[in-house]
Amino acid sequence: MALQITQSCVNCWACVDVCPNDAIYADKPHFLIDDMKCTECLGDHATPQCAAICPIEMAIVDELGEFLNPPGSLTGIPIEKLKEFGLYREVA
Amino acid sequence: MELPVISNAAPKEASGGGCSSSGCGTAPDALSHLPDHIRAKVQDHPCYSEEAHHYFARMHVAVAPACNIQCNYCNRKYDCSNESRPGVVSELLTPDQAIKKVLAVAAEIPQMTVLGIAGPGDPLANPARTFETFEQLSEKAPDIKLCVSTNGLSLPQYVDEIAKHNIDHVTITINCVDPEVGAKIYPWIYWNNKRIFGIEGAKILIEQQQKGLEMLTSRGILVKVNSVLIPGVNDEHLKEVSKIVKAKGAFLHNVMPLIAEPEHGTYYGIMEQPEPTPEQLQDLQDACAGDMAMMRHCRQCRADAVGLVGEDRGDEFTMDKIDVMDVDYEAAMVRRKEVHDSIIEKLEAQRGHTKPKPQGIPEGSRPVLMAVAGKNGLVAEHFGHAKEFLIYEASPDGVRFISHRKTELYCGGMDSCGEGDEEPDSLLDRNIKVLEGCEVVLCSKIGFEPWGKLEAAGIAPNGEHAMEPIEEAVMTVYKEIAATGRLLPSTDSLKVA
Repeated sequence: MALQITQSCVNCWACVDVCPNDAIYADKPHFLIDDMKCTECLGDHATPQCAAICPIEMAIVDELGEFLNPPGSLTGIPIEKLKEFGLYREVA
Repeated sequence: MELPVISNAAPKEASGGGCSSSGCGTAPDALSHLPDHIRAKVQDHPCYSEEAHHYFARMHVAVAPACNIQCNYCNRKYDCSNESRPGVVSELLTPDQAIKKVLAVAAEIPQMTVLGIAGPGDPLANPARTFETFEQLSEKAPDIKLCVSTNGLSLPQYVDEIAKHNIDHVTITINCVDPEVGAKIYPWIYWNNKRIFGIEGAKILIEQQQKGLEMLTSRGILVKVNSVLIPGVNDEHLKEVSKIVKAKGAFLHNVMPLIAEPEHGTYYGIMEQPEPTPEQLQDLQDACAGDMAMMRHCRQCRADAVGLVGEDRGDEFTMDKIDVMDVDYEAAMVRRKEVHDSIIEKLEAQRGHTKPKPQGIPEGSRPVLMAVAGKNGLVAEHFGHAKEFLIYEASPDGVRFISHRKTELYCGGMDSCGEGDEEPDSLLDRNIKVLEGCEVVLCSKIGFEPWGKLEAAGIAPNGEHAMEPIEEAVMTVYKEIAATGRLLPSTDSLKVA
């Protein structure tokens, strides 16, 4: 089991600094998670740390492709507004 | 502990009256109210001293991308080189690259006195990158002062580290002291390995900010407080904030206008939260000024700004250009010392000199706001070329700088970015709107069309003082208006033709 980073990532390093497994590394066009190292923070923290600090919605998904921070969940911007501004996606 | 504050209240409260700096802003002796050790720390700091910002340069290095809170006026996705606002950068640097850049800039621009780390995230959410940069720089260019800006969340745990690195200037952004207000500004914080939303998160942030402020001032580290004025959210509340931070020893309060354009993709931008008008900003700054020194020359610069405040030279110092520069570091430091000493000498000389109260203006004359297209302290810009207007208030007590107002729109988004496809007419109308509340606009030259439109808007264009020192020109025009008797309350028409 491992989380993944999507194209929404802005490469801000926040997740790299808080990952207890050093599983996240800089890459182009965006950061990536080493799925051999990622434990989804089980045993270390109540919630995966990358998803707990990530400022960008839709940037982190689980193995099923579900967003850990779905559209609107961090900013509180209503879904209709996100759609109007082209900031909404159903899937990663 | 309460530190003395810089006074840049209305001239009648400052000794001597009138502002005699050749540029804009504080009476030169405003800094003399501070004890010598504090004055020595701020007199060559372009962001803290209104007077110094005409002569000394600063730069920010973008080594701190990560952040531990979300603010509703910030969007972490944005990177546009045409924009100038906090949180925006073009090129993220490693500490090694940052040092290389600072040394190159400090050699090329010997007026440089200050290196700040201000983002694009929160410097203290990037402690390793931030403190490594400070450590290397204090070894290689010990004459450069260090400063750091923070949202305050991690401040208490790094106060010792800040003191250790000899960082004697810290800016904390404090937008509220009430968690209910805070919840409208900060949707969440990252704290103790959890994301905490709403009032609970805002409460922790506020506690940490206040604790950090107290810890810094008790160690004698200078603290400036930045606040973003958000109409309807924290406008009235900021008066309370100003009182509290002053009581805790902050020496300067900088109230800045919210920037919220929909194309920035921020919560406030998308939700159409209004920005404050220049009048709202000035009223609030004046209201807070009764309690503490206010800063009015802030240009809300980028997290990778380079050069004099208001004149960004970042484009000259991209990493690829720096890589091919040939820099003699030792010689650069010697040259900096000479340049700094001569500027300080000049400022010291000005400081001893106070202007007498202007003569010949009838008591009870009302103050008049004037906009100036100025450069380097002179009425030097063509009306149509001015990227900003400096706003001055003339009164029987003298001339004081109020603010600057930008004439250009911020980046209009992807499609129009940098193309200047705006209709000249609407641009002119908008620029005239920027001058609302002003009765005169001073510039070196002005075209026929804007002249007519300005007059129609009740603003008198004036091109008769080209290349004269701004404050003298403003006072001359004020006296001319006063001589017509139009400034006294008894007259029927107060409007300047």
